[in-house]
Amino acid sequence: MSAPGGGIVTRLTPGVAAAASIAAFLALWQAVSRFGVISEQDLPAMTTTFRELWSMMQTQEFWAALGRTVRGWALGLGLATVLAVPIGILLGSSDFAGRAFRVPIEFLRPIPSAALIPLLFLTLGTNIRSEIFLAAFGAFWPLLIQTMYGVRDVDPVAIDTARSFGVGPLERLYRVTLPSSVPYIATGLRIASAVALILAFTAELFMGIPGLGQIMNVAESFGLTNQVYALAVATGFLGLAIYVVFSTIERRALRWHPSQRPSSA
Amino acid sequence: MAPRLAGGGGAVSTVGRRLLEIRHVSKTYGSGDSATHAIADVSFAVDDREFVCVVGPSGCGKTTLLKCVGGLLAPTNGDILLRGTRVTSPPEEMALVFQEYGRSLMPWSTVRNNVLLPLRHKKLTRQKRNALVEEALEAVGLTPFIDRYPWQLSGGMQQRVAIARALAYQPAILLMDEPFASVDAQTRGDLEDLILRVREEFAITILFVTHDIDESVYLSDRVIVLTHGPTEVKASIDVDLPFPRDQIATKELPDFAHLRGHVYRLINREQVESGEELAATLKTATKGDRP
Ligand SMILES: Nc1ncnc2c1ncn2[C@@H]1O[C@H](COP(=O)(O)OP(=O)(O)OP(=O)(O)O)[C@@H](O)[C@H]1O
Ligand SMILES: [Mg+2]
Repeated sequence: MSAPGGGIVTRLTPGVAAAASIAAFLALWQAVSRFGVISEQDLPAMTTTFRELWSMMQTQEFWAALGRTVRGWALGLGLATVLAVPIGILLGSSDFAGRAFRVPIEFLRPIPSAALIPLLFLTLGTNIRSEIFLAAFGAFWPLLIQTMYGVRDVDPVAIDTARSFGVGPLERLYRVTLPSSVPYIATGLRIASAVALILAFTAELFMGIPGLGQIMNVAESFGLTNQVYALAVATGFLGLAIYVVFSTIERRALRWHPSQRPSSA
Repeated sequence: MAPRLAGGGGAVSTVGRRLLEIRHVSKTYGSGDSATHAIADVSFAVDDREFVCVVGPSGCGKTTLLKCVGGLLAPTNGDILLRGTRVTSPPEEMALVFQEYGRSLMPWSTVRNNVLLPLRHKKLTRQKRNALVEEALEAVGLTPFIDRYPWQLSGGMQQRVAIARALAYQPAILLMDEPFASVDAQTRGDLEDLILRVREEFAITILFVTHDIDESVYLSDRVIVLTHGPTEVKASIDVDLPFPRDQIATKELPDFAHLRGHVYRLINREQVESGEELAATLKTATKGDRP
């Protein structure tokens, strides 16, 4: 599986490049703040921020808030998946349904999720249901679109093959259509997972729903700039962790896909 | 020995009783201005355990015909009868090997699971299923590759997986759509001999579509020549070459050369005629009779 010789270099290089770019960014941050390009009041030094984050990580409160944000994210993403995948399969496999729902979908899809926040204050209220709804709403669209594309992209020859062997519609769905769309759905999931995190955090920040976003809101109103930045960094790390997990899932789902096959040496 | 010439559907073979009958089948895609008349009127029959090759120029409607026979497409007119029963959906006694074998194998499944696909919904024990898969892969010489993925195999090997899958399904009749069109000459010869061996081993009837005249004569008991689209049957030619066939010895027989020449002439004349037809069409078109 592993490529010999030159392969190691090409595999190491992205890691080295990533480490270098991160180091450069952190150094720049430190310099900008230390040399007063932006005052430390507005942008605390990188080291200050990380020290703040470290001390926050010693508190129960931080982990409880992180847990709440993760819960809102997971439930939102889960809800979006449960809805978007079956609907995507339906709309993708029927030309009629696809055409019938194109206008409503294109109407709803561009609505910025944040525009729903005022509506949520009035309807679901400032609780986790609003957070889940917002995360689910944002995550729903990329998943729906990817699933629809995946189902439409199923090779008609593969479907005809299954049909010629007397494989029924339901079995065709889970033996041919679904496996063939899995790479698309996995890509949709990776995109949706990031969107869901952003929106879970946004709901907490603007609606005061308990979680990292709410702590940041409180810190900001008390002028605790160091904490605000530490929380931003923490959320960044959470996003990174989610990205790593979901892009690994995506790579596994794509294992058989032509784009992932080892090119001939 | 002169090749016996018979009208479409009229040939009486001695191989066995009638298995498949294609009666005045026509197929038009679409309607109105955009309609494509793929098949005009095709009739012929295939007897039990017969090997029939259908030859015709590219785009003449061979795939369309095979899809109608296989119950994947409904003919616009006419009937397909399998043992006297009308075919309306893919019958359990038929297996179809597609022209695009690469796309007909599931890339996310191993060779084993690909061959298993048509067996999953059959009421068989797990042992029986596995035995069928292994037997079919053995027959095409792919036992060592059972746990590989199709895309890890060469084109010829992929085609053998597709053949094994069809065999595991245990059909009475195997429909094959230009199965060897995209492999090299050596592999092609090997696959031809493989299919002849498999036919004996599994006592199977084969309806084989090809545009290769040599291949049609080498493989079959009977060659059916189609006209250029909209398609009709031009001729049905019995091939009385001895079995077992051999890539060198059979092809050196004077009878082989004779039959091959005969089919060639039929198809060439066909091409000349369709050329004249085209010229006539163009002439009328310039007169404004046709769009
Ligand atoms: N789904 C379709 N819709 C409309 N027209 C079609 C369709 N499939 C085939 N045709 C047309 O029908 C005619 C016959 O096509 P078909 O694929 O059956 O030919 P073929 O003999 O198998 O060709 P080849 O030797 O290239 O495989 C062609 O003119 C083609 O354009
Ligand atoms: Mg064809």
